[in-house]
Amino acid sequence: MSDAAVDYLVELHGVDFAHAHGAHPVYRDLNLAIPRGKITAVLGPSGIGKTTLLRLIGGQLKPQQGRITFAGHNIPTLSRSALYQLRTRMSMLFQSGALFSDMSVFDNIAFPLREHSRLSEDIIETVVLMKLEAVGLRGARDLMPSELSGGMARRAALARSIALDPELIMYDEPFAGQDPISMGVIVKLIKRLNESMGLTSIIVTHDVQEVMTIADYVYIMANKTVVGAGTPEQLMASSDALVHQFLHGEADGPVRFHYPAADLSAELLGGRGA
Amino acid sequence: MFDRIAALGKAALDTIAGAGAALIMLVRALIGRPNLRKSWPLLMQQMYSLGVLSLLIIIISGLFIGMVLGLQGFTILVDFGAEQSLGQMVALSLLRELGPVVTALLFAGRAGSALTAEIGLMKATEQLSSLEMMAVDPLRRVVSPRFWAGFYSMPILATIFSAVGIYGGYLVGVQWLGVDDGAFWSVMQSSVEWREDIINGLIKSIVFAFVVTWIALYKGYNCTPTSVGISRATTSTVVTASLAVLGLDFVLTALMFG
Repeated sequence: MSDAAVDYLVELHGVDFAHAHGAHPVYRDLNLAIPRGKITAVLGPSGIGKTTLLRLIGGQLKPQQGRITFAGHNIPTLSRSALYQLRTRMSMLFQSGALFSDMSVFDNIAFPLREHSRLSEDIIETVVLMKLEAVGLRGARDLMPSELSGGMARRAALARSIALDPELIMYDEPFAGQDPISMGVIVKLIKRLNESMGLTSIIVTHDVQEVMTIADYVYIMANKTVVGAGTPEQLMASSDALVHQFLHGEADGPVRFHYPAADLSAELLGGRGA
Repeated sequence: MFDRIAALGKAALDTIAGAGAALIMLVRALIGRPNLRKSWPLLMQQMYSLGVLSLLIIIISGLFIGMVLGLQGFTILVDFGAEQSLGQMVALSLLRELGPVVTALLFAGRAGSALTAEIGLMKATEQLSSLEMMAVDPLRRVVSPRFWAGFYSMPILATIFSAVGIYGGYLVGVQWLGVDDGAFWSVMQSSVEWREDIINGLIKSIVFAFVVTWIALYKGYNCTPTSVGISRATTSTVVTASLAVLGLDFVLTALMFG
């Protein structure tokens, strides 16, 4: 996967991760690389720990084994202060938006600027209005998060996550629960921001159709590791059964429809001397 | 048999691990260079929501408890012809015991539960995670100002509670039941000691402030981020904090007056 000619911003090497002291393994020997300046999509069925991947890159979780590098820094070994320093260069859009419910939209977007810069309020206002303009919400500056629709809240959160002009932005299920119009708006915004700001984007999602139109590179995850990788065209043409099942949304295949269970006839007739 | 012993051991280990985690949370939240420009407005905001908004319940409860003390005290003391000592009885009960203890219990119910629910919801809606990802430490930004606000406001509330309670005792004893005005205040003045009674009561409320706020913050910060988890954490805050206050009160009383 690692190509010497490509510049990678984020790389994972041999990452093992399990929740609750090894009781729930999530990843085994995971290898993944995110090229700089591109949109990389990470696809996979629900519940296989795609959000966990973003939390590992953000340093909120520590892997049991392996290296996770961001711009050459090995994240799991960083000190707390170095990690916080590094986090000012990355950003994450949470599934729920995670706007601060006690602040207006304007203050939410001004928040990272007020925390991390010494800019005057005049300049902060200009920057915030520019960010709001970019997501089409300049008119909503004085609304509270509870007054926003789901799609607007996600756009406001997007404005907040680009407030500090990060190098990397991680989207956690950006399309989940959106109507077709706001889905289209968000797809367009992600693409536009990536191009205009020279961002590196990671999109974790299970909405195959939307993300295939904008991703430059796609990873498909299942069974605790990467099962398919390539450009959208390569993957759509893939003959791998698992990749095929996922991309075409088939109910049964290598990923079983049934949760593992005892044999049906044995269970239904069990104890009746069948 | 072995299962039960193992379960007992696991419960003990979990309790110790929980106490350790709570201590680590507190140390991380409180230790570090304070940034007054940022932390002062946050502290004031929390002092308002924890302290000022608790004033009403504290004043009303204090007044009623003082009035009940006046009434009960009078009916007992009058049998011995000692109703002049009513002022002493009301003041000592409030300053030594009821002021700090009842304030702490009310504070746990009014402000502690609100703290737990607020932080639990911030966790459930990923606001704490998003602070972390914005390179802002939620312990410093969210937990620390709330801790200090609780720590500072509860002793002040307890003082107000005692003062209002004494006035309630005065209303019932002097204005209603006819205890001599001068005797009420002068006996109180000569019997209440600064060091023994007032300072000890203040120490109690400082200890309770520390414990109640700490429990409320830890329960919120450590809750399971679901609706059931938050409701359990809120209940647990009120129960644990109340029991801790009553238990500690006995220990402190034994140390101070025993």
